[in-house]
Amino acid sequence: MNLTLKVWRQDGPEATGHMDTHALGGVSPDMSFLEMMDMLNDQIIRAGEEPVAFDHDCREGICGMCSMFINGEAHGPGRGVTTCQLHMRSFNDGDTIAIEPWRAQAFPVIKDLTVDRSAFDRVIQAGGYISVNTSGNTIDANAIPVPKEQADDAFSAATCIGCGACVASCKNASAMLFVSAKVSQFALLPQGQPERESRVQRMVEQMDKEGFGNCTNTGACAVECPKGIDLSNIARMNRDFMSATVKSKK
Amino acid sequence: MLDSKIPEGPLADKWTKYKDDIQLVNPANKRSIDVIVIGTGLAGSSAAASLAEMGYNVKALCFQDSPRRAHSIAAQGGINAAKNYQNDGDSVHRLFYDTVKGGDYRSREANVHRLAEVSTNIIDQCVAQGVPFAREYGGLLDNRSFGGVQVSRTFYAKGQTGQQLLLGAYSALSRQISKGKVDMLTRHEMMDVVMLDGKCRGIIARNLVTGELERHAAHAVVLATGGYGNVFFLSTNAMGSNVSAAWKAHKKGAHMANPCFTQIHPTCIPVSGEHQSKLTLMSESLRNDGRIWVPAKKEDADAIRNGTKKALEIAEADRDYYLERRYPAFGNLVPRDVASRAAKERCDAGFGVNKTGEAVFLDFASAINRYGKTEASIRGLSEPSTEEIVTLGKEVVKAKYGNLFDMYKQIAADNPYETPMKIYPAVHYTMGGLWVDYNLMTSVSGLYATGESNFSDHGANRLGASALMQGLADGYFVLPYTIGDYLANDIRTGAISSDSAEFEAAEKAVQERIDHLINNKGSKPVDDFHRRLGRIMWNECGMSRNEAGLKKAIVEIRALREEFWKDVRVPGNATSYNPELDKAGRVADFLEQGELMCMDALAREESCGGHFREEHQTPDGEALRDDENFAFVSAWEFVGDPSESKMIKEDLVFENIELKQRSYK
Repeated sequence: MNLTLKVWRQDGPEATGHMDTHALGGVSPDMSFLEMMDMLNDQIIRAGEEPVAFDHDCREGICGMCSMFINGEAHGPGRGVTTCQLHMRSFNDGDTIAIEPWRAQAFPVIKDLTVDRSAFDRVIQAGGYISVNTSGNTIDANAIPVPKEQADDAFSAATCIGCGACVASCKNASAMLFVSAKVSQFALLPQGQPERESRVQRMVEQMDKEGFGNCTNTGACAVECPKGIDLSNIARMNRDFMSATVKSKK
Repeated sequence: MLDSKIPEGPLADKWTKYKDDIQLVNPANKRSIDVIVIGTGLAGSSAAASLAEMGYNVKALCFQDSPRRAHSIAAQGGINAAKNYQNDGDSVHRLFYDTVKGGDYRSREANVHRLAEVSTNIIDQCVAQGVPFAREYGGLLDNRSFGGVQVSRTFYAKGQTGQQLLLGAYSALSRQISKGKVDMLTRHEMMDVVMLDGKCRGIIARNLVTGELERHAAHAVVLATGGYGNVFFLSTNAMGSNVSAAWKAHKKGAHMANPCFTQIHPTCIPVSGEHQSKLTLMSESLRNDGRIWVPAKKEDADAIRNGTKKALEIAEADRDYYLERRYPAFGNLVPRDVASRAAKERCDAGFGVNKTGEAVFLDFASAINRYGKTEASIRGLSEPSTEEIVTLGKEVVKAKYGNLFDMYKQIAADNPYETPMKIYPAVHYTMGGLWVDYNLMTSVSGLYATGESNFSDHGANRLGASALMQGLADGYFVLPYTIGDYLANDIRTGAISSDSAEFEAAEKAVQERIDHLINNKGSKPVDDFHRRLGRIMWNECGMSRNEAGLKKAIVEIRALREEFWKDVRVPGNATSYNPELDKAGRVADFLEQGELMCMDALAREESCGGHFREEHQTPDGEALRDDENFAFVSAWEFVGDPSESKMIKEDLVFENIELKQRSYK
């Protein structure tokens, strides 16, 4: 396949960015999108130029590190996949492909396609945990049965990989899907109950502080989410937040 | 020479007695002690969180943009624990025994027994943290079985167990970060360890975003930096996984143990072409339900390879379920090393089933049928049609392995619900690593190694679902105790200064190496060298090894290393974000580590576990150990030049297990 690639280049958070155009030939349909990017970088390095910086690590769709906005969609045209799992057979010979970074105020560009998503870590640090020390002397794992359905729902929420596609896809750059997934995981489990109210309040407060936008229920986040995190998590978080806020004002 | 510091007494009492006897550090004193943890996978996150909870001041580093992204996240199948919830005869002793046997009797009894003892605590701890393990309808935890054992002791969360466990450890770590007890440095890489008066007292780190070098002093340093499978270029490791931290420690005096013990995982998606950047694992849990086969007739294999026949057209009688044939007792659930070699044997004999001839089938048809019948019976369907059974069976298989099947479909563009998967072995894990004593301390005072970065628990072959167990055991339950025994002597030391000549010299050496790489302006990108190294390693130090090949590899690696330093091209500069520079440093270390692996493989004149020397095999092609001469750990000491490293032996003493020819027949 022969492709024309329009790639976002930006030297740093304060620099002005621009789109660069590259022609790339000999692309195999069996390549992953990132292997195509490796090939582009090899070509750029051999020509004596600076390669395109992009985040990636596991290349099997689970670490959440890769983050490209491809032809106007987070992680490209596929559904339920990250950029690293997208294969070139999803494109056609002669295509022009536009590749941009996640764009959100809370995710400043570090270089080219690499952005800073530490805001997500700070939201988790605000309360995305159960306060239990690692004593090894907690109660037996089977002491509290958890109905399978509830455990499965908690698991589904917990599969979020923190990639930020939800934020990148949202016209308001809202992080509601990400935050609500973690809130839901613990809200659905008996172990999460003691801190349920303070957790949702602290996490939402931090989310707002980081500069993520508001949710207007368009659902773009759930469409682009590579892990299929469900919108109902947002509803659950709203409910929990409301309930916690009312109670804490007593 | 090497003191493993294994406590005296009966095996089952060692750990308890040891914990009762070691020195403790009182809470007020912990506040004045600093510990650095490198890496935030299962071992690193759990260690950093636990040490911070105990009161130490912790600094944690990871090269990724968030601690949650460490490669433990990609572990699929599960985590072992001797809970015996299934009442199938499991016990601490059995887990211990299976692990030593599975490791082909090349691990330390005391370490493995301790691992089996704390395994049950891990599950309790993780459930308390909100890790959503799979459950049965009654609300209790579900288990499945894994290769090399005859009980169901594996806890899991679909095919994403590593993710859920890591997110559990990450949440514990996040809690300590929010309390200010852990200073988390992301996008930071350790460049060297710093020694003061014979003790490890800090590190030189590089901020990967700004390129700045930083000095971090501490009373002790813990490496939790994973394995070195990427020396093969193609592996199931993440792109950034590397040996550099461990290698830098090795060059400062930490011995590297059993470096040739590499695990080649039998079920990975085969290589599709020259462009391949990494390989993807299909969890071993699939072998619970998938049957592995190749055509029994060569002409069928040829026809499949050239596309004139499909798997489904091969009649049952013309299929060779070679694992079931060769190993009736364990069948498709033989340990990884055995399954991998058996696949290679069939493919080398010309029965491979993809274009490259390097693939075998993993078939779910009988599982779909079996589950479909059970499900039909549960639903009270009388005389269900074949289609109904298949539909119901597919639903069950989807619930168990859905994400793995999706992943396969995405990569291979083939539907595994309809036609068998194609799989082939790939590099997955390294049992070798930094030598540590019972305390997990390396041969350098104050420098610890945990998880995959050490060598201690898996011998020559790791059993499935044991890596997660070891990572969390080390980080949550072992290191936090053992490090106290060392740090108790440091309560009067006070803060360590990073203004010393030693820090100065270490930083200067790091800077010089970076400058060399940047200013070299050669003609070939880093990956060019990495790929070539990988090919040498895979061909000569992969699934089977022989003397001539290893000797050839050593010569080739030396030449490649020389060429690298002359001709590598690293674009950009050292004072801004430059992933190519990061990669260059890592490949430079692989080019030294690879040679040591070959030296170790050459020295070990026996076959054991993942190390198969062609000269040493039984008449039916199984690994032939030599317990008389090789029941030892080979710990390599760096003496200034990677080619000159010296081997020191730690004899392995088996007091509780009788050494036997491993048989899964």
